[in-house]
Formats: sequence, C-alpha cells, structure tokens
Amino acid sequence: MAERRLLFSLQLGFTLVVCAFLIVPVILSMLAGLTANYLSGVQSGLTLRWVGEVWSGYRETIFLSIGISLCCLAGTLVLGVPAAYVLAKRQSALSRAIEELLVMPVAVPGLATALALIVTYGAAGAFRTSWSFILVGHVLFTLPFMVRSVLAVLSAIDLKTLEEGAASLGAGFAQRFFHIVLPNCRSGILAGSLMVVTLSMGEFNMTWLLHTPLTKTLPVGLADAYASLRLEIGSAYTLVFFLMIVPLLLALQALTRPRPVKFVAEEEQP
Amino acid sequence: MTQATKPLAIRLRNCAKTFADGTRALQPLDLDIGAGETVVFLGPSGCGKTTTLRIIAGLERPDAGGSVLFDGEDVTALPIEARHVGMVFQSYALFPNMSVAENIGYGLRIRRLTRSEIAARVGEMLAMMRIEALADRRVDQLSGGQRQRVALARALAVRPRALLLDEPLTALDAKLRDSLRLEIDGLLRRLGITAVYVTHDQAEAMALGDRIVVMDHGRVAQVGRPREIYQRPATRFVADFIGTMNRLSGRIEQGRFVTAAGALAWPEAPADAREALFRPEDVAIDDGANPPLRGTVAAAFFLGDRTRLFVDVGGERPLVIETEARRDFARGQAIGLRVDSRGLMAL
Amino acid sequence: MRRESFRLFSLLLPAGIFFLAFFLLPLTRLFFIGGSGAEGFAAYAAIVTDRNYFASLVSTLGLAMATTVATLIVSGLSGVFLQRRKFPGNGLLVAMLTLPLAFPGVVIGFMVIMLAGRQGLIGDVTQFLTGEKLVFAYSMAGLFMGYVYFSIPRTILTVMAAAEKLDPKLEEAARSLGAPTWRVVLDVIIPGLKPAFISAGAICFATAVGAFGTAFTLATRINVLPMVIYTEFTLQANMAMAAALSFVLGAVTWVVLALARTAAGSSVAAAG
Repeated sequence: MAERRLLFSLQLGFTLVVCAFLIVPVILSMLAGLTANYLSGVQSGLTLRWVGEVWSGYRETIFLSIGISLCCLAGTLVLGVPAAYVLAKRQSALSRAIEELLVMPVAVPGLATALALIVTYGAAGAFRTSWSFILVGHVLFTLPFMVRSVLAVLSAIDLKTLEEGAASLGAGFAQRFFHIVLPNCRSGILAGSLMVVTLSMGEFNMTWLLHTPLTKTLPVGLADAYASLRLEIGSAYTLVFFLMIVPLLLALQALTRPRPVKFVAEEEQP
Repeated sequence: MTQATKPLAIRLRNCAKTFADGTRALQPLDLDIGAGETVVFLGPSGCGKTTTLRIIAGLERPDAGGSVLFDGEDVTALPIEARHVGMVFQSYALFPNMSVAENIGYGLRIRRLTRSEIAARVGEMLAMMRIEALADRRVDQLSGGQRQRVALARALAVRPRALLLDEPLTALDAKLRDSLRLEIDGLLRRLGITAVYVTHDQAEAMALGDRIVVMDHGRVAQVGRPREIYQRPATRFVADFIGTMNRLSGRIEQGRFVTAAGALAWPEAPADAREALFRPEDVAIDDGANPPLRGTVAAAFFLGDRTRLFVDVGGERPLVIETEARRDFARGQAIGLRVDSRGLMAL
Repeated sequence: MRRESFRLFSLLLPAGIFFLAFFLLPLTRLFFIGGSGAEGFAAYAAIVTDRNYFASLVSTLGLAMATTVATLIVSGLSGVFLQRRKFPGNGLLVAMLTLPLAFPGVVIGFMVIMLAGRQGLIGDVTQFLTGEKLVFAYSMAGLFMGYVYFSIPRTILTVMAAAEKLDPKLEEAARSLGAPTWRVVLDVIIPGLKPAFISAGAICFATAVGAFGTAFTLATRINVLPMVIYTEFTLQANMAMAAALSFVLGAVTWVVLALARTAAGSSVAAAG
C-alpha cells in the first residue's frame, strides 16, 4: 500500500508540473498585459493602458476575426451537416473515400493549402484582396471538424430506424431531416460549431499568406505585435484573444465531457 | 377507441427481394391478408420474414414483377410515408428529441391536425395504453415495457389502415413479454385492425396469429391456422421449428409401424412410411405387462408442474415425453410407452 | 430508391463543389507549378539532392520525432493517471491541461517566449540560481517546447478516452496471476493504449512537420521546412520551389496520418 501511495504522489507531482508548464505562461502573459512595466514586475502597477492601445490599434482585426469565424460557421453548417448526414447514411467504400478526401485539408499543412489557393486564384483581383479569400481557407480547414463531429453523433444513434419510424408516421424527406435528423445530432452540431469558431478565430498558418494589409485577422495582428511591439502590448493583445477564445474552449469542454449514464429501472404497471 | 378507417386487405403478388449484393432474401411470394386479420410471419433469423414485412410497409421495394395491393389498389411504388400504415419496430424507434406525448402526436402533427385535436387523440392513446403518467417523460427515462407501449400508441394514433409489428417483444424479458403479448392480443381483437406481426417466437405466433406464415430460407414453408401448423406441419422444417417433435424410424408391417423398440398401431399410415413423428403430449407411460414401446430413462427433469423425460428407445435421439410431476424416475430405469395413434404423422 | 440516391447526392454536392474548386484544383495546380521552375519537375527531387533543403528536411523530421516521443511520454503518464485515479480536483486538472487545446501557433510561440524568452520566467529563475540567464526560446529547443506545449492537450484527451475503455479486469487478472506493477504497465496498459498512441503520435508528428505559426513567432532563422518554404515564397520569390517543397511537405504529413490510420484501425483526426 505504501508503494502505491508513493506511486500516486509521484504521478500527481508529475501531472502538476505538466499543468504548470501549460498554465503558467498563460497567467504570465495575462499579467504582463496588465502590468505597467513588465521588466520591473507587478509592483510597477496594474494598468489598462496596453489593452487600450491594442483596442485603438487593432480593433479592426478583432471584428474581422469575429466576422470571418461566424461566416465560416455558417459555411461549415451549410456544407458540412448535409455532407455528414450523407456519409452517415451511406456506409460504402465510396463514402469512406469521400470522408478521407474531406479530411485532407487538415492533414495537409496550411502553408501548402494557402500557396495552392494563391497560385490558382491569386490573379482574381477582387476575390484575392477581399476577406472572403481568407474565409475560403478557413472553411476548407474547419469543414472536417464539423463533418467529423456531426458524423460521430449520427453514427452513434440508430438513424436508419428513427427515420423509418418517422416515415411510417407519414413524414416526408424534408420533415424527417428537420424534425428527426437535425434535433438528434444537435450535440454534434454544437460541439462542431464551437470547434469551428475557435479554430477559425485562431487560424494563422493559412491566413498569414492569404491576408492583405487591409484584411488582417486577429492572429495576424498578434504576430505583428509580437514581432514589432513591446512585450506588454503583445501580452495585452493575447489577453484580448484569450478573453474571446477561452469561453468557447470551456463550453467545448463542458459539452464533450461524457455524461453519466442514467439508470432506468424496469418498473411496470399491472 | 374506435377504428375510423375500415380494415385493409393486403395482397402480395410475386414479391421477391434480391439485395444489391446479390443475396436473395425472399423467393417470389403470393399471399392474401384479409381485412381485420392478424397474420404472423414466423421463422428463424434470415428467413425473409422481416423483408416481407418491410415490403408490405413500403420500406423495401419488391424486385421487378412483384406488386403490393392495398384493397386492390397497387401501392408498390408508394413509399411508406404515403401508405398510411402504423409500424412498431423491434428497437421501438422512439424519437429521443421528443417527449412521450410528442412522440405519440408526431404522426398527427405531420397530418396537420390542430393542436387541440392532437392533444385529445394523444390523451386517448395514453389512456388506452395506460401510460397517462408518462406523458411528459423523456424517452430515455422509460423502461423497455413502457417504450413498447409508447411505440404502440404512436403507431395507432394516426388510425392506420394496418398495423405492422416487427419483433416488438424481442427486446423484453420473458415475464414482460407474456403480459404484453396478452395486451397486444386484446388490443388487436378490440380494434379489429389488420395486423402483420413478425416474430421468431412460436409461442407468440400461436397466441396472436389468426394465421401463421412459417418461413424458411426466403420461402413460405406453410400457411395455416396455429392449430393446423402445430398438428399438421407441412414440412419437416415446420415440424421441427414449431414445438418439440419426436421421431421414430421403422417400417409398416401388417398395418403396424414396427420399430426397434416395439410396434405402434397406426391405421392411417402411408404404406411407405419410414419414420413416425409425434408430439410429446401424445406419448403416455404404459405400466401394463405388454406396452407397445419399451425404453430406458436417459434423463428426467423435474419442471415443477410436470416432469420431462428423455427416453432412449434405440434411435438416434431419445424421445421427449412430458409426464405428471409426482412420479420419480431414475436414470436407466426401464419403462413402457404408448403413443396415441391420432398424433402420428409421416413427412 | 433511386430518388433517395439523388437526394443524398444533391446534399453532398455543395461540399463536393467547394472542395473541388478550392482544394483539389488548387493542389493540382500547385503540383504543376512546382514543376514549372528552371529545373522542371526535378525540383521535387531537390528536397533530397539540395544540401540545404535536405538539412532542413532532416532537422524538421528530427524535431517532429522528438516532439512526438516527448508528448507521448508526458501525456501517457498524466492521461492514464487522471483517468484511473479520481481525486478531488481531478476535473480541474483535466480542464487546465486541455485548456490550450485550440491555441493557435502564434500564441503558442508567445507562450514559449513568456517561459524561455529574453524576459522569460526560466531566464529569471536561472539568473537567480546560477547568475547566468538561460534563454532558448528563439532556437530549435524553443520550437520543440512549443510543439510539445501544443500537442499535450489533445494527446492527453486521446489517451484518457482510450484508458477509459481499457477493461480494469485485465489489470486485475494480471495482478491475480502475480504480475508486479511494472509488468502490468508493460503487458496490459501499454498494449491496450497502443492504437491511441499511434493515432495521437501521428497527429503530433504531422503538426510538428507542417506547423508554421510557432516558428514564425519565435524566429525566422530556425531551419525547418515550413520556414524554408515561407522564405522561398516571400524573400526569394521562387514560386516554383516553394510550391514543390510545400507539395512534398503536404504529401509527407498526409502519408504519416494515413499510415497511422491504417495502423490504429480507427479514425485519426489531425489538427493544425
């Protein structure tokens, strides 16, 4: 037993160190963003000055990122949910292959995808310079997450029988889709949506090549700030980013945590 | 509840089913199901009974050349949503995103009944199935038996022209199965609705069916009333599948069936009979000095209300005999048997 | 049933058109542009024939390998521990460990700067202890740290999900047969977690090969393939070479993930 307790303490200690490795820099950067002078420490006083500077200098990037991520969500919903439904219904080699293809933009580095988009559509002036060029990249990259998330839920329920049940009660195709399929994959759609918005908000690999000086997103602005401005401003900017993204991540955590299975007693009436 | 629509007569003509991978699930089948009749499709898994039900429902289309007629009208091309049949699934297929009441009212909502009409009909259904207390429950809070009642109520709420049930009791435990079987039987009689019922459980088939269609390997082995199926099985498959059947081989000599263990009187025997088949209940123990058959007890199982004996008579398989509970038997004990000649069959 | 097929086809169509127009077509074009430079399609061989490119390929793969091994060890230990031992605060620890799940590469880079940069915590601590300031954020070591940081959250989640499905009875059976703890780990737990390790490891590897944001934040001088491609594209304006290299990079990561998927027998979802 003593050996087991020692093992437990060792494992716990190790896990706490890992946890510190992940969380300490987050806290440090949040503090730095609120500290008057990071070099001389917190005793130099707390201030919102840096956050203010970020707001005046970079608020467009924040709005653009929110806008793009919402459009990206709409796009992945319209394209991804029906696609996931089809893939769940048809379990053939062909649908396997299509799924494999759809996931490719995640496997292929964003840098390569962005270059490919530029060499193909770079000449299309208005499109190249508008934020919809970035949007296309984001939809490409996040679509697999929506499809996977919805597909996972649809594969876990007996979709075929539920649809047959609805059909036996007179429901046509559209009624089945909206009354039965969509409500029953709500959790997958929600998890997928949070993932899509979070990823779109933070996407940098592709966006750095796709953006123009007039279409800077938040992560592009972050990279700018890290490279050229003082640590406090970079930190304040990161703080703003955290404030936007951490609630999404917490919601995602809460949503994907497995619920305890309820026990159903076999109670019968006479 | 009274059934608003008049019961439906279903006619299957030359219905066969070959799946995309080439397997023939159903050989060409012709069958008439009368209005108000309860027909049970019975057979082992993979015999084609569920495929037949799905063809009637409109969930599968028969191969080219087959047709399904509802009251004489060809509905082969109609999908299930246009056939106005009620269906109860083995897994119930209750919608997890809806409450019990919403499940029951779903078909009515599709038919655009008014809110108050739906509420009234749902209330009626809840009362009929005695599940009023469950109206607002979520589906995953129900027990198996309760789910089954909701599924029945949902299928009947739209007042379907026919009720189709696909192994509705298979997922339940034995005791619950018995009580629900009784309930379904009462319901079908009361409503007078045409019902098609698929099961692999012969007791269920016997209890519920006006007629039973026994299926094997995609073919109909026999169609008949339960009594006919049991007492006069048409094929060896039916004889073996329904109930317990004893077999004794021998030959006809001077009007008697002579076996290794003795000779049986069998006035109606065909001249070329090589095997006699009979049910356990047609065998009795004969303690007289000259019993027609002699054997030794291979095993005896006390079942409470009776004792099941396995008697070795020199054949491949021992005979199965049911006898009164009070008497004790020892393994290896010699006993005499007689068989009621009315119960003897040749196949 | 033909109507059914038509319906399903039309539901898949929008995603298909989008994918064709904005992924398959561009990638095909990228492939041909890669062969349109001075050397023609020999550019695709440059990654092994050119000494500089080959060196960065080797260091990229080495970095990815090191990241994968380190992440698997750390996440394996903590993941199994957190799944098996439930104690007060367990949930909070899991939440903290998985919080950085979707931090983008640039932010990860900044986290590394906070820890190991010129004004970083490690520098301060080492200066206090030894009088010498340890700064390694702007090098391969910093990149390694960043990729491990990035990979730990998702790997821990994968390991925990797999550990949950491990039947504790197998461990009990091994113990009942007299196996000491280390044998139970070696013979029961690790084999049981192997599929999860393979799939999570493949994602670590692919991420470390293809990621760009972290390296970009830390320094443009780090010699890894994504940075080389970026430099070819922006500074040298050598479009053909950038295209060829990124196509090879994409092919490498895709093959790694595809191989892992076959080996693990389950779905491997990658992430950037």
